[in-house]
Amino acid sequence: MTTRYTEDHEWITVDGDIATVGITAFAAGQLGDVVFVELPEVGKTLAKGDEFAVVESVKAASEVYAPVDGEITAINDALEGEPAKVNEDATGDGWFVKIKLADAAQLDGLMDEAAYNAHTA
Amino acid sequence: MTETLHKTPLHALHVELGGKMVPFAGYDMPVQYPLGIMGEHKHCREQAGLFDVSHMGQARYVGDEAALEALLTCDLSEIGAGEQKYTLLPNERGGIRDDLMVSRPDGKGIYLVVNAATKDADFAHIEAATAGKGNLTRIPERALLALQGPAAKDVMARLCPEACKMVFMQCGLFTLDGVDVMMSRSGYTGEDGFEISIPEADADRIARLLLAQDEVAAIGLGARDSLRLEAGLCLYGHDMDENRTAVEASLIWALAKTRRERGDFPGADVIATQIEEKTCQKRVGLTLTGAPAREGAEIADKSGNVIGIVTSGGFGPTVSGPVAMGYVDRDFMKPGTEVDILVRGKPRAATITKLPFVPANFYRG
Repeated sequence: MTTRYTEDHEWITVDGDIATVGITAFAAGQLGDVVFVELPEVGKTLAKGDEFAVVESVKAASEVYAPVDGEITAINDALEGEPAKVNEDATGDGWFVKIKLADAAQLDGLMDEAAYNAHTA
Repeated sequence: MTETLHKTPLHALHVELGGKMVPFAGYDMPVQYPLGIMGEHKHCREQAGLFDVSHMGQARYVGDEAALEALLTCDLSEIGAGEQKYTLLPNERGGIRDDLMVSRPDGKGIYLVVNAATKDADFAHIEAATAGKGNLTRIPERALLALQGPAAKDVMARLCPEACKMVFMQCGLFTLDGVDVMMSRSGYTGEDGFEISIPEADADRIARLLLAQDEVAAIGLGARDSLRLEAGLCLYGHDMDENRTAVEASLIWALAKTRRERGDFPGADVIATQIEEKTCQKRVGLTLTGAPAREGAEIADKSGNVIGIVTSGGFGPTVSGPVAMGYVDRDFMKPGTEVDILVRGKPRAATITKLPFVPANFYRG
């Protein structure tokens, strides 16, 4: 499994042709306490850069963008009752969606962990 | 273009405390500290919070009080020594130029506190209208702190016990750790608390003294907004502005009965007509589940017809759910009425809810 990052602070971990996507701990920390996450419906097709979710903190709403093209195969229903999981475990229980990759080569254009850490430093 | 932001006398302290600084009304202000908006909000509701509100406009008016009163909606003769009132500065259309506090903390005329974003316009307006009759003196050399929350009185009992004799909306001159301060028992959170006007040279030291008390945490503008929203209090420029009247804003209580009878404040005719006709929109509270509704979201009836708009909205940490205020057509103003709020185009079920969302906790003696 490899994990890549976007400049907009999404992470994407790939296992076969299925990718799990969420926002980074850095992003969650910047947003503050997450109180609601609006997720897309399973089956929705995304193009890289599409807004596919919205994270609501106490103060503001922030869009989350698709890091790659693909189709939503699962959403993290647990966030509905426990949006704070995004703060507590951004890259684990706080995942947003699973996407069936349309073009695995798109991953090459994203940052690896070292590059992302430099990006947020 | 780089805008030069003003700094309050507590700016260095905010930075030292780890405040996340943002531009607000021309000032570089802390939106939150490391505790975070949710934690700060709850701390203030449960214990006590210290707010820097030095960006607000303080001034003193001395002279012909009728000239000042003519611009406001209060009856200055009803404000005795040591008393404070919330009032409005209306325009000729009955719209609201600003909301403000007027008080008599001492024998030296009227002390005013207005909003930061409107202070220059307010003061210029008052000066022009009272020219030759009275003198308005701005007091930019004073900081303004707010200590809010149920434990504020316990803190004050240690540091300035005399101030605890005040009840809600009283004010006076006190000595706080050797500093002469003007203080009122009021605030913008729905909680008991004190607002402290203090010479800027002493502000940092007094703020640190207050923060050193076990009950007190520093609170940023983010929690200030969620606290006032739960308390059902208007934010100028959002829940009220030049195009909304006191009747629409559900602030008829801020119009003195004597002034309404005399009809002698700007826009009084418009106000009288609206009270009589009962057709204008009204400001109401709204609760919903799931996604918070933000400012600008449309409010619709159950058939999808737009019947209003959200003017303030977010998550209420004490309510533990999304709360909003907005304007709706009369037919929908009654608490319990079911409506939809369009959040990112999607209708979300919402209920008109009596304000405040959290019961006021003022000390009335």
